[in-house]
Amino acid sequence: MNLAILLLVVLFSTSCFFFGRKKIIKITSENKIRPNALPDYYGYYLALWCAIPAVLILALWTVFEPTIIKAIIINNLSSNNLSELNPDELNLVYQQIIALYAGNFTGTITEEIRLGAENYKSFLSIAEGSKIVILISFLMFTTLYAYKKLISNNKAREEVEKIVKAVLFTCSLVAILTTIGIIFSLLFESIKFFTTINIFDFLFGTSWSPQRAFVRDASTITPEEYNELKDAFGSVPLFAGTAFIAFIAMIVAVPIGLFSGIYLAEYASKKVRKYSKPIIEILAGIPTVVYGFFAALTVGPFFREFGERFGLEVSSESALAAGLVMGVMIIPYISSLSDDVINAVPQSLRDGSYAVGATKSETIKKVVIPAALPGIVGSVLLAVSRAIGETMIVVMAAGLAARLTINPLESTTTITTQIVMILIGDQEFDSPKTQSAFALGLTLFFATLILNYIALRFVKKYREKYE
Amino acid sequence: MSKEELLKKRYRAEKRFKFYGLTSVILAILFVLFLVNVIFSKGKGAFSRTTISVEVDFNTEKLEIKNNPTNEEIQDTDFYDLSIESLLNVYKTKGLKEEKDLIRIFSPDYEFEIKNFIIENKGFLNKTTIIELTASDDIDQLNKGNYPRHLPEERRRISDFQLLIYDKLVEDNKIQKTFNTFLFTNGDSRDPELAGVGGSLLGSFFTIIVTLLLSFPIAILASIYLEEFAPKNRITDFIEININNLAAVPSIVFGLLGLGILLGTFDFPRSTPLVAGITLALMTLPRIIIPCRASLKAVPPSIREGALAVGASKVQSVTHHVVPLAIPGTLSGTIIGLAQALGETAPLILIGMVAFVVDLPSSPVDPSASLPVQVYLWSEQAERGFVEKTSATIMILLTFLITMNAFAVYLRQKFERRWS
Repeated sequence: MNLAILLLVVLFSTSCFFFGRKKIIKITSENKIRPNALPDYYGYYLALWCAIPAVLILALWTVFEPTIIKAIIINNLSSNNLSELNPDELNLVYQQIIALYAGNFTGTITEEIRLGAENYKSFLSIAEGSKIVILISFLMFTTLYAYKKLISNNKAREEVEKIVKAVLFTCSLVAILTTIGIIFSLLFESIKFFTTINIFDFLFGTSWSPQRAFVRDASTITPEEYNELKDAFGSVPLFAGTAFIAFIAMIVAVPIGLFSGIYLAEYASKKVRKYSKPIIEILAGIPTVVYGFFAALTVGPFFREFGERFGLEVSSESALAAGLVMGVMIIPYISSLSDDVINAVPQSLRDGSYAVGATKSETIKKVVIPAALPGIVGSVLLAVSRAIGETMIVVMAAGLAARLTINPLESTTTITTQIVMILIGDQEFDSPKTQSAFALGLTLFFATLILNYIALRFVKKYREKYE
Repeated sequence: MSKEELLKKRYRAEKRFKFYGLTSVILAILFVLFLVNVIFSKGKGAFSRTTISVEVDFNTEKLEIKNNPTNEEIQDTDFYDLSIESLLNVYKTKGLKEEKDLIRIFSPDYEFEIKNFIIENKGFLNKTTIIELTASDDIDQLNKGNYPRHLPEERRRISDFQLLIYDKLVEDNKIQKTFNTFLFTNGDSRDPELAGVGGSLLGSFFTIIVTLLLSFPIAILASIYLEEFAPKNRITDFIEININNLAAVPSIVFGLLGLGILLGTFDFPRSTPLVAGITLALMTLPRIIIPCRASLKAVPPSIREGALAVGASKVQSVTHHVVPLAIPGTLSGTIIGLAQALGETAPLILIGMVAFVVDLPSSPVDPSASLPVQVYLWSEQAERGFVEKTSATIMILLTFLITMNAFAVYLRQKFERRWS
């Protein structure tokens, strides 16, 4: 239905284009005046005024229609005999109504549900009808407005360019809207979570086991119950596990990445560089789920068997395996970024160092790296932020049990693993368990935000230094 | 220390340093080769399928159907007795346990396979013919040499009797290996020998189309604005900071966004490529804007000034001259961004694309899986057969990614103009 309307709008505005172009030529030649812009612009003017409002209305309607209908139906239900139901149950009834309407309802059909489905059907047809009426009247109105302007021989090019600029500006606002959306969706659930669990208990508690959490209205929790509950949501073990695995990853990635960056920038011949750089960058293009599979299937069991040979007890979901594979994934980020920043160091600095008799490695160690240090630090920080936000490797290769440990052979868990484990499959929206995932997401978002901000500042400062 | 010794020492340090660098590069390359090797050696088996030749007698009287049945009539007929009878003819059995063992060497869909065969080849009604039926996962793995048959009987799922049948069948040349078309045409299944990536291929396809349709126009328009029109003020700065930060926000956060806003507030359909596509579009948007802006920036100012000098307006100079020159760069940036989106898993898990979906999706609003999610789902399965299926899915996924990236590089090298 929407597609058909969209097609009609497109068709109509295309014909508006040709009509507008023809009309302006006709008017101006009849009145023997010059048009204020090329005829095409009058066509564009009319077409844009026809299409943009219509498409906007259509989009907004499609997005908000289900929400509004749901609100109306639920309102109806609760004002009728079902007022004693709580929101969750009302939601369930609503789902049943939809199912009945769609024809895949299983179970006994009660009177409310049957009535609700009939209501739903009538609302849908009302909505559909009013959508078409509003759309067409709006379209007519805006097109007529534009047409009036057109026959007065307005400055169509300037008008069209204004519209174009407005559209461009709107598109660039999407980035801000996304950020607002992220913060809003995370904050909304997190605040609900923090009304149940004190934010300090969440940030500094040392025991994490959300599966123990019971679902209860926040206002009726007794102090003893709260004590038990806060033990389910102490996130320190997750922060520690995340930091630990990221640390192992950096131990692998920083030396290898940095040294290969240095080698490619300073030593490698053109030919070696041409072939080895893309190969290393393949590592960055491989989806993380592949690394996860690799870590869980090959690296984890390998470490366990290797450890058994030496009488060590190694968990098959050890932090070591996850961290190592994550490190491999991060190598190309560090190597290509440090390659770039080392290349940006002016040749004159190197020449000066060679001139006083330093060898190449001495030049690199004493001159190039100190000069490139802010950029390198920035790239390492970006890599750290990537490591703590990385999900699939740890979901598949690290453990689920939250424990505080610094033994790399034991299993640990991370923030991202817990978010996935809590939200995988069906979830009740109003339990502290589900909300805790959003609180973890918020923490993760701010942690990476701060790291990225500092890293970008470093890189920017460094760039300014040599440009 | 004499001068010569000191010099030698410094040269040794030089050599060591160079060696570290070379080792790192070689290590990184070895990691790539090792990873690819592991995946390919594990996954290649999934492209073949083991079948067992079974003689079936399509006697219309026994089946209780007419001599010239329509497809629907065959569809409604019970083939179970005929199937069992044919399967039991493969090997002589005594007792119920041995019969069960014999039937278990076939994949559980044998009845449908026989039925579909006769629907497609009606000429064989009232005739006896040989049909290739899919073998069970264990026999499949045994035939591919992945099954530890030397283990004592109680520690493996294949019984000694089944091994006996298998060896006899191999001797009689009744076991074949054919190309596994199921892998590409079937949806998900609990039985590894029947599971395929058809559903997730379509799911990924729809997802990427939605992502492309949303992110490409918005990204290119936004980058044109920021690069060409934006005044240097606070709003512009704020937008730029936002884009740079969003490009580095972990993908799982976008999953939370999709779950909280798209599913929670707007009630979009769960587990569908539509929601996945929107979520991934928001994620890839900043990652596309950054290369788009770079390629707009690479167009020299002289082009703009030339256009302005002959009387073009600012918008005309941009749309007629700058943007056409920047198109190859923006396209390759978009393709690379889409390739990243194609391999993304975590946000899709959060918006419920992990549901077990057997049917192939026919539109972006049908529930479905996607390729990377399929990898995750199958990697969690215990059956031996799913290991090679997972690796094969990864091979298919990597093939797409490599093709996309190669195409992006080709576009850039072929069409991008160098100005210096």
